[in-house]
Order: sequence, then C-alpha cells, then structure tokens
Amino acid sequence: MIQPIKSYRKSFFGLIILLIVFFLCNISLGSVAIPLDEIFTILVGRNSSKETWDFIILNFRLPKSITAIMVGSGLSISGLLMQTLFRNPLAGPFVLGISSGASLGVAFLILGSSIFGSGLLAYTTSNWVLAIASSTGAFLVLLAVLIAATRVRNTMSILIIGLMFGSLSAAIISVLTYFSQANQIQQYLFWSFGSLGNLSWSEVLVFLLFYLVCLGGCFFIIKPLNSLLLGENYAKSLGISIQKSRNLILLITAILTGVITAFSGPIAFIGLAVPHITKLLFKTSNHKILIPAVACTGGIIMLICDSIAQLPTLEYTLPINAITSLFGAPIVIWLLVRKRKIYV
Amino acid sequence: MSKKTNHNTLKTKDLSIGYSKKDTNHIVYNNINLKVSKGSFVALLGKNGIGKSTLLRTLSGVQKPLNGSVFFNDKDVSSTSNSELATQISMVLTERLPESQLTVFELVALGRQPYTNWVDKLSNDDMQKISWALEITETKSLQSKRFYELSDGQLQRVLIARALAQDTDLILLDEPTAHLDMHHTIKIFTLLKSLAEKTNKTILISSHEVNLSIQLADQLILMTDDKIYAGSTKELVSLNAFDQLFSKDLINFNIDLEQFVFQKKN
Repeated sequence: MIQPIKSYRKSFFGLIILLIVFFLCNISLGSVAIPLDEIFTILVGRNSSKETWDFIILNFRLPKSITAIMVGSGLSISGLLMQTLFRNPLAGPFVLGISSGASLGVAFLILGSSIFGSGLLAYTTSNWVLAIASSTGAFLVLLAVLIAATRVRNTMSILIIGLMFGSLSAAIISVLTYFSQANQIQQYLFWSFGSLGNLSWSEVLVFLLFYLVCLGGCFFIIKPLNSLLLGENYAKSLGISIQKSRNLILLITAILTGVITAFSGPIAFIGLAVPHITKLLFKTSNHKILIPAVACTGGIIMLICDSIAQLPTLEYTLPINAITSLFGAPIVIWLLVRKRKIYV
Repeated sequence: MSKKTNHNTLKTKDLSIGYSKKDTNHIVYNNINLKVSKGSFVALLGKNGIGKSTLLRTLSGVQKPLNGSVFFNDKDVSSTSNSELATQISMVLTERLPESQLTVFELVALGRQPYTNWVDKLSNDDMQKISWALEITETKSLQSKRFYELSDGQLQRVLIARALAQDTDLILLDEPTAHLDMHHTIKIFTLLKSLAEKTNKTILISSHEVNLSIQLADQLILMTDDKIYAGSTKELVSLNAFDQLFSKDLINFNIDLEQFVFQKKN
C-alpha cells in the first residue's frame, strides 16, 4: 500500500540542523570577533578566556538571536493563519491593523510630543515605554477591527476592514509627521525600521512567555484550520464552530503579532513570504505539518536576515526591515517563477 | 447486507425555509411536510431558483428554518449541537473547493474530523473507514494525487468518499452531477443508489437529471410553484405531479414513457 501521509521527518531534521547552524552563525557575528570555540564554551555555561566576551555573548547576542527566532517564527505562523482564514495569498500578520495600530501608538509618543507637550519625549528612549505605546496602539486598533468583525458575517469583509483601519492610521501618522521636528521624525523612522537587538533578558522573558502561550494555542486550531481548507460550509458540516474558531485564530494572531511588534517594531515581509516559501518546499496544506515547518523556516530566515544586517561593516547594523525585503523578495520571485504555481 | 426498514428517518413539520434580514423574513418556500424513509435514495427535483439548495441547507442544520422544524431520527435538528450533527449528517456541496495542496487521501480523511482527537490523529478505526470509503467509490488509486489534478467525475466520487468517511446516517448532495457528462452522471447515480442499498444510509440529492431520477430514485421530491409532491414515481404519476414541474411550452411529461420529452413545435 502507498504510504498515505508522506513522512516529513527528514525535512524537519534538515530544518532543525539549519536552525542550529544559523543560530551559531548569528551569535558569532558582530562588531567584536569572538572565536567559535570560545562561543561554545560560553554557551555551555563556562567562562571563556575574556570576561567581556562572556558579557557580549550572554547579554547582547544570545537575547538577540533568541528574539530573532521568536520574531521570525511568530510572524510566519501569524501570516499562515491569516492566509488560511482569509483564503488569500496576500494576507499577512498585519492585515488586522496591528502594525498600523502599533505605529500609531509610537507615532503619538514620539511625534505627538511636539503637539501634546515635550514631557513625553523624555521617556522615548526606554524599550518598555515604546513597547507599551505600540501595544496600546495595536490593541486599540485591533479592538476596533474585531468589534467591526463581529458585526459582519463575511470573513472577507474583515480583511477589508483591517486595510481601512490601516489607511486611517497612516493618515493620522502623516498629519502628526507634518507637525513634527526633524529629529522626532528620524526617531520615529528608526523605530519603524524594526530592530531585534536592545532587548534585555527580562524583556526577552516576557516576550517568550507570550510567544509560548500562542504556540500552545496553535495546537487547538490545527483541526479547524484543516477543515477550513474545504471552505466554511464544509467546515460547518464537520461540526466546527466557524465563529469560535475564527475568534481563536484572530486572537492568537493578534497576541503573537502584537507582542512581536511591541518589542521589535513593524517587521515587514517575513509574515507574508515565509508561509509561501514553506508551502513551496513542503507541498502540503496540512497545518499539522505546516505550522511547525513555517515556524522553523521563519526562524531560520530571520536569523539569516539579521546576520546579513550585521555583515557589511561589522560596525553598524543595517535596518532589519530593509534586509528582510531586500533579501527575501528576490527569493520569493525566483521560487514562484521557477515553480510557476502558487500554493495557497 | 442490512435490512431495509420503513422507519422515517428524516421528517419536516410545517417547515418554512428562506433568509431573515434584520426584521423581515424572505421566505423561499412555505409549509413543507416531508417524510423520508431510512436507507432510501431520494431525488429532490425542481426548476432553478425554487429553493432546492436552501432546503438542503436547512435540512442539514447549517441554515436555521424560518418556521417549523426538521427532525432527524426523531430529534429536532435545530436543537442538536454542531458536533453531534456532524456524526449524523454529511454533505457534498456544489461550491468549488478553495485552492490548496490537499491530497485525495487527506481530503477524505477530513471526513473523520468529528471523531478524531484534538490534534486530528487518525486511529486504526479511522484508517479503516477512510480505506473503505476510497474502495467503494473506486478512488483508492487516486489517493496520493492532489484534488485539483482530478477530473470532475473523479472529484465528485472523492467528495462522496469524504461524506462516506464521515460515517453518517444521512448524506445530502447538492447537484452532484452538475458538471458531468452522461456517462459520469449515470455512474454517480448508480453509485449512490447502490450505496443506499448496501449501507442502509439515507441519500438525498438535489438534481436537474429529472429523467434519470425518475428511473433510479426510491423516492422523488418535486418542488413546484404551488406545492411540494413526494412519493414514488408511480404515486406522482397518478397525482399528475410531473406536469407541475416545468411550464409546458417546451417540455412535457410523457406518461407512457415515464420521461420528460421535448415539445417540438410544428
């Protein structure tokens, strides 16, 4: 008999190896050159020959690499969930207005200080304040989108409502920008480039907590996601509650994307592209395979992007948002042209 | 082989079907009283737009009735939970499947969802049911193909296999032969007829294949402009029910042939 479910063990094994390789590669890159054997020594918990190396690895590079994996895999999973829910290959993690909401929150904090008084500006250097501003903004816009979503039956309308809120936020940001000073605009622009570094361990731990909760939640939506592959009517006839599953899928995406945006800014492209890359590699629509595959691929690609951002001068880090698209877009185009078929 | 009983498995009482928008009800069809016996192959006939699909959706519990009720195995469908209904009623719809990479096996396996655990793991029992469904619909050899690689006739049989894997007493099919040629249409009809006989499942299809339905179905349900007729071909002929199905300027029901014939104008 033909094996009905293809074994994906080999592919997963390969992905995990790649993930580890690029994780080590990512940790070993930076403005200070540290030999690879010393890095291993530090990672297994012993002291290396230089105390500064310990400090750099443990407090800068390790949290950054972990953040990269969480951001990459989290955004990719969110993108996959949105593409399946909306049955639209152009959907990504930000269709619910989360990035525009976060941008709006941060814009009010940084740019609004000239309008609402300069008291706010003093706090903008802290990650926590930025995180709180962006998550508040994201939460409010998301809430508006979700309230609107409960009033429409058609799932596609939610997509358009999310886009409309995005335009609305962009418009408000334009107005704020118009009245702001150059240094504030620059500061806002830097935030919008996204960044993986600068997170302390306590921030990484909070991030990790939310990330793991959402990952756990993903187990519960594998079934509804798979039945949605047949369309909403079939899913309903299979006993799936569309409303409940839709809300759970939206909630997981919202929390995951919200917390990522809060800590690393609006990182574009990954969430849209990685699900497509993964589907091209794995050729399946089964979410039991796709979710872990997308998570691994997302982590790997984010690590690669971050490594590239480090490379050019080793002194400066390029904006991660530019790298993801600069490096990722050609790959997706190449894959699509070569394979000729888009897998949704 | 299981014995056929005369137990009425599907019943409707003063059923009104249609859509409610805000406070106003848009009634598609009124006052439907039907009885369908277990293990029968039933064809629902009627012209375009008369409400066949709406009736099927209401019978399945996907759509709420405007008035009256649907009983399946003596239980009111609208008060039965979605997950329980999924083990009793399965569907084959006319809508196209969204694009995906699902293989035939995976598609049929989705029929087992009402029985699988929370991560959708297939048990031995599930595998057996899937395997049986693939065999009886002659789709086993297609199981590792993607569903979009299939011909319309093959896809229709795979969708029937999915409904069979769902292991329900009632299967509702909305125009399962809509895109098929004569050969494949007859193949689907005879498959459904033999399934009803072999498995004692009740199979209800909506169809425009009037002549074929007259020959093969155990029971016919005719939705006409005035009222619904239900019964065997003979019973309906004696009621002159077939004359009500279409306006008579183009087609007529020929009682001797028990078939509809095209009315040539001289």
